[in-house]
Amino acid sequence: MSQTPQTTPGPVVTPVRVVIGLCLLAPFVAMLWVGSYAKTDPVFIGIPFFYWYQMLWVLISTALTMVAYKLWQRDQRARTATKGGAEQ
Amino acid sequence: MNDGVNGVALAVFIFFFLLVTVMGFLAARWRKAANEHTLDEWGLGGRSFGTWVTWFLLGGDLYTAYTFVAVPAAIYAAGAAGFFAVPYTILVYPLIFTFLPRLWSVSHKHGYVTTSDFVRGRFGSKGLSLAVAVTGILATMPYIALQLVGIQAVLDVMGVGGGENTNWFIKDLPLLIAFGVLAAYTYSSGLRAPALIAFVKDTLIYLVIAVAIIYIPIKLGGFDEIFASAQEAYSETNPATGAPRGALVPGEAGQWTYATLALGSALALFMYPHSITATLSSRSREVIRRNTTILPLYSLMLGLLALLGFMAIAAGVKVQNGQLAIPQLFENMFPDWFAGVAFAAIGIGALVPAAIMSIAAANLFTRNIYKDFIKPDATPKQETAVSKVVSLLVKVGALVFVLTMDKTVAINFQLLGGIWILQTFPALVGGLFTRWFHRWALIGGWAVGMIYGTVAAYGVASPTQKHFGGSAKEIPGIGEIGYIGLTAFVINVLVTVVLTFVMRAVKAPEGVDETKPQDYTADAGDPGVQVELPPATAGSAH
Repeated sequence: MSQTPQTTPGPVVTPVRVVIGLCLLAPFVAMLWVGSYAKTDPVFIGIPFFYWYQMLWVLISTALTMVAYKLWQRDQRARTATKGGAEQ
Repeated sequence: MNDGVNGVALAVFIFFFLLVTVMGFLAARWRKAANEHTLDEWGLGGRSFGTWVTWFLLGGDLYTAYTFVAVPAAIYAAGAAGFFAVPYTILVYPLIFTFLPRLWSVSHKHGYVTTSDFVRGRFGSKGLSLAVAVTGILATMPYIALQLVGIQAVLDVMGVGGGENTNWFIKDLPLLIAFGVLAAYTYSSGLRAPALIAFVKDTLIYLVIAVAIIYIPIKLGGFDEIFASAQEAYSETNPATGAPRGALVPGEAGQWTYATLALGSALALFMYPHSITATLSSRSREVIRRNTTILPLYSLMLGLLALLGFMAIAAGVKVQNGQLAIPQLFENMFPDWFAGVAFAAIGIGALVPAAIMSIAAANLFTRNIYKDFIKPDATPKQETAVSKVVSLLVKVGALVFVLTMDKTVAINFQLLGGIWILQTFPALVGGLFTRWFHRWALIGGWAVGMIYGTVAAYGVASPTQKHFGGSAKEIPGIGEIGYIGLTAFVINVLVTVVLTFVMRAVKAPEGVDETKPQDYTADAGDPGVQVELPPATAGSAH
């Protein structure tokens, strides 16, 4: 999950980038830890936990990726501004 | 299993089929560029697609008819184990968020059409590029064949597949027609055809899933009932293995398999040439990042679709061939006309990816075999001509495959294809971030991964098959059962790292890197990045 160095000035690892990395990493931890959700209860509208939990993570990971995208956009804009160039 | 032809369903199916055929041919005029005789035009749709077109194209490309048939079929057969497709597609998007924009940028800067183009440019190695290209073509062929298997399942259930006693020509005629038409419009319109048809496909799919997920549970007495009868069915002992048929929740032993299958498949998905083709056809870097946030909608749909496997059990669908479970469920539960819509969704769902896959395989052949090794001075026009012909050959090959060999052969090869394609990851994604790996080390790692994966998969037996009985096997050194592709990938990386140190030590030539660090972050509009604006076709979707 490395956010690789840009040719723009400023430190490579910033708090914002760490948050971006965590947003992208979280789904991996949650989904690969199968033992944490391999159970039937609690049941939701008749669907065992195993199934609705993973479907819920589709939404959670979407939200996290969206946050990562927004933060990245802002990060890039800030960097371009300090460089004095115009994006797009 | 069926008596006679379901006339209403067939009529609806044919209606939609004709509709997409017309669209496929008209697509050639959609956002037409001045010079259409380049591979960028035919093979990448002019690199001009915006967020929504890319979304439909990638969705139509990755979630294929085979997915729609096979995922619920796996659930129908064994329960929880088949659900790994959901975490798999969850993991894909955060993953591609990190590397796909870099691939887009460097490809635009240097005019790369395929992943092999990039690998050759980055590592200055035609051999490595050839390895990636051949792997891509080999992995894609059976995938195309499986799309045909998807269409066949639908035709069978509609009753037009013919019985066992029918003459083979009559039996396969509908499939031949469907494929002939597909081949013709892909030839004439290139990537624009599946891009346009993907709109119809996805609209139909979403419609069918929405209806199915509400209507069928109501008819079956709710999800409680559905899972109760599924639980009962899974606990029955399978006479072939002496073990229960499946489980609602993976047991301790199955969890490694579940997780490694999800991770390995997620790593492999964007190594497939057809995924990259759809990605490179997008207009800007932003389009790709934005798509990683909206593509998961398809994952949600896939999850709901997987639940249909349980519904098939609850509805008492009994089929020998699991592939038929879902089409049969639709036939049993829906009124005829809507069953026709559902079948059309699956059928068109096969056409879109089959078209993109054949284009992707053709591009690989043209750029990385024909141009690199046979005719280095080929003009863009010649490249396009070769690509068009190869796209036909690839499809004919897939058709012959399906018609002459047992269906399980296609499935076995698809399984192998997934393992193989994952072995191109170090060269491609590694190369996007670092030039540290040595090109010859990458070839070595690739070869070891390919051989290990193939041999390991060959050695897996199942109750019905002696070889290629599954994609999971004991992981050496860990002892748990895991996805062979991922094990092979880890071995591949280890070999690559060790060999890189060796190559460094003996000062083996590094090869010329034609890319620069800033190429990986370039966006449309930056100096040197081509922006191919299509002539103003006002109102076209962006």
